[in-house]
Amino acid sequence: MSETRVLLANIDEPDLHTIDVYERLGGYGSLRKALVEMTPETVLHELEESGLRGRGGAGFSMGKKASFIPKGAMDKYLCCNADESEPGAFKDRLLMQKNPHLLVEGCIIGSIAAGANKGFIFIRGEYELQADILDAAVADAYEKGYLGEGILDSEHSFDLVVHRGQGAYICGEETGLLDALEGKRGNPRLKPPFPANQGLYQGPTLINNVETLCNTPIIIERGAEWYKQFGEGNSTGTKLVSVSGNVQRPGNYEVELGIPVREIIYGLAGGPPEGRELKCFFPGGSSAPVLTPEHLDLPFTYEAMAEAGSMLGTASIIVVDDSEALVPLALRLAEFYRHESCGKCVPCREGTNWTVKMLERLDEGEGTPMDLELLDQIQGNIIGNCLCVLGDSMAMPVQSMLKHFREEFEQHMEEARARRDLEEVA
Amino acid sequence: MEQVGDEGALRAAPLPPGWDEAVDLEAPPATIPDPADVDVPDALRREIERLMSLYPDRHSATLPALSAAQRLHGWCSPEALDQVAVVMQVTPAYLSSVTTFYDMLRTEPSGSRYVYVCTSVACHVRNAKRIYEAIAEQAEAQGLEGVEVREFECLGACDMAPMASVDGRYVGPLSADDASELVSQVKAGETVLPGRGLPDPGYRLPDTAAEVEGPVPHPSVHAAGGEWPDDELDVPPSEGPPPRPKPVVEPLSPGTSVTGEPEGDEE
Repeated sequence: MSETRVLLANIDEPDLHTIDVYERLGGYGSLRKALVEMTPETVLHELEESGLRGRGGAGFSMGKKASFIPKGAMDKYLCCNADESEPGAFKDRLLMQKNPHLLVEGCIIGSIAAGANKGFIFIRGEYELQADILDAAVADAYEKGYLGEGILDSEHSFDLVVHRGQGAYICGEETGLLDALEGKRGNPRLKPPFPANQGLYQGPTLINNVETLCNTPIIIERGAEWYKQFGEGNSTGTKLVSVSGNVQRPGNYEVELGIPVREIIYGLAGGPPEGRELKCFFPGGSSAPVLTPEHLDLPFTYEAMAEAGSMLGTASIIVVDDSEALVPLALRLAEFYRHESCGKCVPCREGTNWTVKMLERLDEGEGTPMDLELLDQIQGNIIGNCLCVLGDSMAMPVQSMLKHFREEFEQHMEEARARRDLEEVA
Repeated sequence: MEQVGDEGALRAAPLPPGWDEAVDLEAPPATIPDPADVDVPDALRREIERLMSLYPDRHSATLPALSAAQRLHGWCSPEALDQVAVVMQVTPAYLSSVTTFYDMLRTEPSGSRYVYVCTSVACHVRNAKRIYEAIAEQAEAQGLEGVEVREFECLGACDMAPMASVDGRYVGPLSADDASELVSQVKAGETVLPGRGLPDPGYRLPDTAAEVEGPVPHPSVHAAGGEWPDDELDVPPSEGPPPRPKPVVEPLSPGTSVTGEPEGDEE
């Protein structure tokens, strides 16, 4: 089994990022179809019918989300979440750099479904190259009349602005993103109200990930039935999988959902380097609980990953091989979340801090068996008790490492302590 | 006891002077600066006004406006905040609250250029810490000034790991051997590692990243495990609390480079 290229079909085409090449390959045809042959209702229906699920991590049905936007004439907004900050994820970077017009077209189609007249692509500030490319793409789309007033002589108007973040992981959380876009600190909001009701500037807002929106022109062009032939069960379509870590060929691969995980890690990415064995992997970015070699034969779907106690998340597989010690890895992971915690709610702000301190203790030889219990307990106290999922995103993988590799944690702790004792004697 | 300054920071960062002094409760509330008192460069004013016009609410322009001011001043200095505040008609305190939240907005003087070395999870397993240390060491050795060199959280280029962003240009995969060249090119203002940056035409990853990593000791071989070998054992205990074991650059067997594959592999 190999890749199934739908989103990436033309990705190797030279100068795909220019509007001429994109149009030559049929680009903006879906937009024309959506505006001329279809109504906003049928566009929305098609998206719902396709079973496309949000590609940003939560996996919520895209069409359903768009259908929550209230009807009627009012200011409605579309936000594209391009704040790809999850460690392990780099799929949106590829799409925006190589095929920016697909995203622009996706945003316009999304705006038709949601009835939005103003849209923003919130891109992380570190992606300067991609933001520049998007800026140029948006300018070209305006010039050709795909954006602005009365697009293609229809009644639909849509303005699109590329908005650059300034480096905060939490802005990838949808309500954090909204606050950042409103010019505030990117603190997540309490939900409900959900953004579909009260989002940007208190108006109804549809927020979708880059990859999700990039799928919409394809669904409109080929139809929901065609799209549904890919995938398995409720995980329809293809998915970009970013594979990184200890593999021979890291990169983005587009696969049909349902392909065995082993095919991705070993078949496509080449598996760990010669002579090393896979120890564990994060199936959905660093926020997903780790899975072990016994899970390699599971199908890569939202459901199967959830059943195995993890999640598909952003489908960013980070492979960890047996040369890697887990305590320093868990510590690095926890440090990331401590740094990125916005500090708004207590379990996350304090929990990430304490987790880092405890892991440091373990690593420095000051840990006791009680610390492992406490570490586990603290993770349990974080999960489900935060405003947003950032706290959980640290607690779940740390807890899963502790669960699967308890012996290694104990051994690491004992050895570090023995070393420390030796130092004190000397 | 850990220094208080450690908390919440990615790595121990010195706290700004006066952080432990109480606020002056008698001081008048912060106000929007008087346009007559603040001189705003024309280009900056026009840019901020253009940005504000893009959004239904002018406050949305805060991040790009601060970024523009930072490009001009090198950091979000009080002067820069005043200039943004007066054009946007908001208080500097509000801008300051925003500035301190975001990693890319600098709250301390530094050049307007940067080298961010990613050391987050996916780069961590490819020994990114070594790369950072090598670059930091070279930066000091070569007297690099006006450039902010720091570790950064995931930059979204895990396929290029270990990697760095030099003024927004992603370069990678890096080896510790690249540090000297990288720093001298940054210093000279040249394109860094030409041909190995993401925007370069024909950029592709090496065919196999297999050897991109030096040998990492297995935990069962090395007491401290993997990344953090226990070299401290041989060092006589220093005064004060024992230093936190740092990921020390492993001595490599001859012929193996830290990031392996000869650079010729990239195009």
